Amino acid sequence: MPSEATQASSELVRPASIERLAEMLAATQADGRTVGLRGAGTKQNGGGAGLPTDVTISTRGIDRIVEHAAGDLVVTVEAGALLTDVQRVVGKAGQWLALDPPESGATIGGVVATAASGPRRLRYGTPRDLLIGSTVVLADGTVAKAGGKVVKNVAGYDLGRLFTGSYGTLGVIAECTFRLHPRPVARRVVVTPTDDPYGCFSTLRATGVEPVAAEWDGTTLTTVFESTESAVSEQADLAIAAVGGTAGSSTPSSFGQRAWADGRIGLKITHRIGKLPAALAAVNVLPAAQVRCYVGCGVIEASVDAEGLASLASLRSAVSALDGQVVVASAPDDVRRDVDVWGPVRGLTVMQRIKDQFDPDGRMCPGRFVVTP
Amino acid sequence: MTALAQLTADCRSRLNPAQVITEPAQLRTYECDGLSSYRSTPGVVVLAESTAEVAFVVGRCAELGIPFVARGSGTGLSGGALPRTDGVLVVTSRLNRIIDVDAADERAVVEPGVVNAHLTTAAHPLGHYYAPDPSSQQVCTIGGNVAENSGGAHCLKYGFTAHHVTGLEVVMPDGSIERFGGRAPDPVGYDVLGAVVGSEGTLGVVTEATVRLLRTPQAVQTVLAAFRTIEDAGDAVSAIIAAGVLPAAIELMDALAIEAAEAAVHPNYPAGAGAVLIVELDGPRCEVDAQLVDVERLCHGAAAFEIRIAADDVERGLIWRGRKSAFAAVGRISPDYIVQDGVIPRTALAEVLRAIEEVAAAVGLRVANVFHAGDGNLHPLVLFDEAKGETERAEGVSNRIIELCLEHGGSITGEHGVGHDKVVHMGKMFSAIDLDVMQLVRCAFDPAGIANPGKMFPTPRLCGERPGRRTGAHPLVEAGLADAF
Repeated sequence: MPSEATQASSELVRPASIERLAEMLAATQADGRTVGLRGAGTKQNGGGAGLPTDVTISTRGIDRIVEHAAGDLVVTVEAGALLTDVQRVVGKAGQWLALDPPESGATIGGVVATAASGPRRLRYGTPRDLLIGSTVVLADGTVAKAGGKVVKNVAGYDLGRLFTGSYGTLGVIAECTFRLHPRPVARRVVVTPTDDPYGCFSTLRATGVEPVAAEWDGTTLTTVFESTESAVSEQADLAIAAVGGTAGSSTPSSFGQRAWADGRIGLKITHRIGKLPAALAAVNVLPAAQVRCYVGCGVIEASVDAEGLASLASLRSAVSALDGQVVVASAPDDVRRDVDVWGPVRGLTVMQRIKDQFDPDGRMCPGRFVVTP
Repeated sequence: MTALAQLTADCRSRLNPAQVITEPAQLRTYECDGLSSYRSTPGVVVLAESTAEVAFVVGRCAELGIPFVARGSGTGLSGGALPRTDGVLVVTSRLNRIIDVDAADERAVVEPGVVNAHLTTAAHPLGHYYAPDPSSQQVCTIGGNVAENSGGAHCLKYGFTAHHVTGLEVVMPDGSIERFGGRAPDPVGYDVLGAVVGSEGTLGVVTEATVRLLRTPQAVQTVLAAFRTIEDAGDAVSAIIAAGVLPAAIELMDALAIEAAEAAVHPNYPAGAGAVLIVELDGPRCEVDAQLVDVERLCHGAAAFEIRIAADDVERGLIWRGRKSAFAAVGRISPDYIVQDGVIPRTALAEVLRAIEEVAAAVGLRVANVFHAGDGNLHPLVLFDEAKGETERAEGVSNRIIELCLEHGGSITGEHGVGHDKVVHMGKMFSAIDLDVMQLVRCAFDPAGIANPGKMFPTPRLCGERPGRRTGAHPLVEAGLADAF
């Protein structure tokens, strides 16, 4: 068990360029030091608790928005840039990077490395769906590019996707190129009280409407339409005619937030999209569970207490019957050290072989992900 | 007995002997894929009928050190399924069961030999469809689509195969069977699906795929706009994108491609058009209606001289027939042609098209252009006559087109794959180190390098080497910089 003293001894360095980052990593290769990574620090309570490392590299000094090709709906940004800064820059051209993770202060590198997503994933998907090119730096300082700056490209292996959600354990995501979307000009939000989010959403969808997001917080289904003015108002009318509720132009304040308060225990439960009722029933068995789900996506998030966490194994068993998995998405370090954060992983032997190829000495972010070390 | 003879004998005893082909005349059926300019007779062909049979064949290949190539319908356009004379061709087209179509889960589970269009046919009664729609969708298989990360006209809005695969069963190059992902989203662990989709058969053989099904959109509108020049049509594309409209598809054909399509399938496009644009909008009726007004206005603004809107599925089918048959149609106006698949940023469209025309004209050849204009994926068809000795000139034009794409920050291939055909161009798009790092993935899956060797990467790497390996102390350490932090 690492003591606080050893963790505190990890030196925090902040390279100002990708070249400098590569030099630093090459130097750690030379003397075998282990490396931790840090962006804005919004996911310190997520992922594996991690082992103490000899050095921690902050990406915050590598934060340029390299190129915004507005006519091509593409942006290239360095890992340390904040998502909010990227949105501000591309927003000037009426565009947006269609990612809305609750951790709004996160860096681009952090969003990609943790595959963070928010409610609009219903329409736009998750970081893997928008990343079209990347520059990565491996543990030994090797800098490599994959993908490109055009939306359509099948040349070579897709390293960008492989690094997405890898928690820094394959290397550093140093630069990303994303596909952008036009920012919709109008929004309508339909709020419908219901204790049956699945039935309610199915009825709503049967009218042919296409919401960008649908979130249920335990009592209320919030359905978001974003498009042209006439399209959102007509879709909101159709939705209300089908399932009731009221329409407004802004989302409730709790919309798009995590189910748990920062530093508390939170679970992410995935399931077959059509098995939402069964998945909710399995989660609701846990004492004091507060749920929030991305309806239509197959994702439930739940805030639980220590007693609820004690039921993790039985929840995993119930959810695996729905083809789902349960990840301890947030918890204090000491809690995450004591539980199996990830649960059973399909294909783990192959993942370990990938890890061993990219980081043979196991120096990158040890303990932060499913692989060893 | 040679290793290949040993393997053939093993397959004959384990499988039905009729599934194992060694008769030379029959082997010739398999000597090329959709890119018939490359041919190689396979050592032996195995028509597998189950995952277990694929695993058996691949496992024996691993034990005997024999290379294998997987093949679906053989419609690929990059020679990705080009066989090896010293290896086995594992044909998956008999693995053609649709295992499940589940509308509530919005997923289908299929074997790799299922034909792309058959999946949509099966999902249609449930109000769903499978989005990736390569032009060969009536014939090509899901397994081949997974290998190539196939796109299609509608991927502008809905993405490529990689966006639609949520689970895979893979026979690994050592003969073991692994499963990644499933019906639920966000599988825990590395995004192995992202690596395998588009790996062109170099990481193993996919024996089952779980894919997303989308809801059939409430409304579809297909617009055919005719322009005097291709520049005008390009302006219309830019205007549509700039207006924030995201059509399901935007396709462009130039005068030569129109001439070919008219000769072959008579789509009856407007006479005198220098270019036609096909714009398809789909979604909720109210949204599509509003976008249709925008698209018409923007096309008129870009000097469209005729705009037709398909009144029904029959008219829509005719508009698309001209487009989807374009490659084959070019055979009507030229004895031979080379198809390229380069991608450019959309904003460079006019400039690159002009340059292509100049390059071709300089050597007395013609290029027909058919392309996915919305995402900048060109499909220039370089027309030539081998009998007149024009082959070398045509290849020169074709290579120059790829270079033009790269000079404008694009890609050598948007959807056809690298395969055998574009291996020589990989080193122009990626550095040796980039390619080395990509091959770390290969080493994790296939350290012996027996899965479709020679495709995608110009130089195989010896697994165990580090990319750009440095021996001894790193220069920075020697320079005293290592203790800088």
